[in-house]
Amino acid sequence: MSSPSSVYSKLLPMPYHTVLLVIVWLMLNSSIGLGHILLGLVLGIVIPWICAPLRMHQPGVKRPLKAISYVLIVLKDIVVANIEVAILVVGPMARIKPGFVAIPLDIHQDLPITVLASTVTMTPGTVSCDISEDKKWLYVHVLNMPENEQEVIDLIKSRYESRVKEIFGC
Amino acid sequence: MSFAIELVISFFLIVGGIFVLVGSIGLLRLKDLYVRLHAPTKATTLGLGGVLIGSMFYMHYAQGYITINELLITLFLVITAPVTAHILAKVALHHRVKMMQRTRNPHHVETARMQQAPQVLEDKSKDKDSNTIK
Amino acid sequence: MLDITVIIVSGMLCVALILNLWRLIIGPHVVDRILALDTMYINSIALILLYGIYNRTPLYFEAALLIAMLGFVSSVAFGKYLLRGDIIE
Repeated sequence: MSSPSSVYSKLLPMPYHTVLLVIVWLMLNSSIGLGHILLGLVLGIVIPWICAPLRMHQPGVKRPLKAISYVLIVLKDIVVANIEVAILVVGPMARIKPGFVAIPLDIHQDLPITVLASTVTMTPGTVSCDISEDKKWLYVHVLNMPENEQEVIDLIKSRYESRVKEIFGC
Repeated sequence: MSFAIELVISFFLIVGGIFVLVGSIGLLRLKDLYVRLHAPTKATTLGLGGVLIGSMFYMHYAQGYITINELLITLFLVITAPVTAHILAKVALHHRVKMMQRTRNPHHVETARMQQAPQVLEDKSKDKDSNTIK
Repeated sequence: MLDITVIIVSGMLCVALILNLWRLIIGPHVVDRILALDTMYINSIALILLYGIYNRTPLYFEAALLIAMLGFVSSVAFGKYLLRGDIIE
């Protein structure tokens, strides 16, 4: 005999993933018919059963509201970044001064670092290239380097990393 | 379908087309691989987003379908484009692809491809014997 | 008006595809070619969506979604292969 909570966690090992899978299934079919909801629920329960043993523990999102505002900031930055890059690409090539920068990281779990690296790649003039084995340094290629490379590091740390840190609460 | 809606759809489509074109021009014009990575990953993704939003509006107002698939495609691309760029940059570092003469801090490439902490230039005595990347 | 817009934007995308093909052919390194192929995938998704608008049918979204997924997986597979090959050497 097991307690109710353990039965629950056996039946639904990843409740958020179940909800997400049902929503994605409904979006794929673009309908909210009863049959689609039932089929989505079956998929949303069976797939986590199969995938639960493969799962690695990741820190959860501690502050959903902060996460939403972060997504909005990043979306705005993506649009601005694209306009900047477009102007640089069409303009004369001599203006482009590329360079590498190593950014010291304050966060050490996999999921926050992945989020940060993806954000860095999608935003103004930076592409994340590699990460050191001890997860303390993120190597970034900068399209147009300012004279003082500390500016880039400070921008990324203050604008993105501090927010990621708050969201995941680490 | 009213003229204003057609105007909005055309605006999104044309902006999307321009960004996709700029991304491809960048792919051809820029001088080395690391710089070239910037144009397609950013401009092309945003351009495709514009086309997708335009087509979503069109399907809604002209045909009456409410399709959410486009949002799914946009989301998928926004998630996957950085991953592709990261892996290609990693491959380029491992193969020591040539870079522009005026690239700053080229010494970072050596430590980055070994996945080690960056070297301070004076400090040459750090262990460089780690050939044991996975 | 929309038909003209769709034709103009399709023209832009075709030019973009030709530029990508050029980079695919001349690309000095393999990574350049993979990058060009990846960009071609994304441009062809946009072209398929425009074809869907032109034919007034939402049927092509499924094709676009499939191409998006296959393009990502194939680019990552190429990258992984190059990474591993280099390390074994």
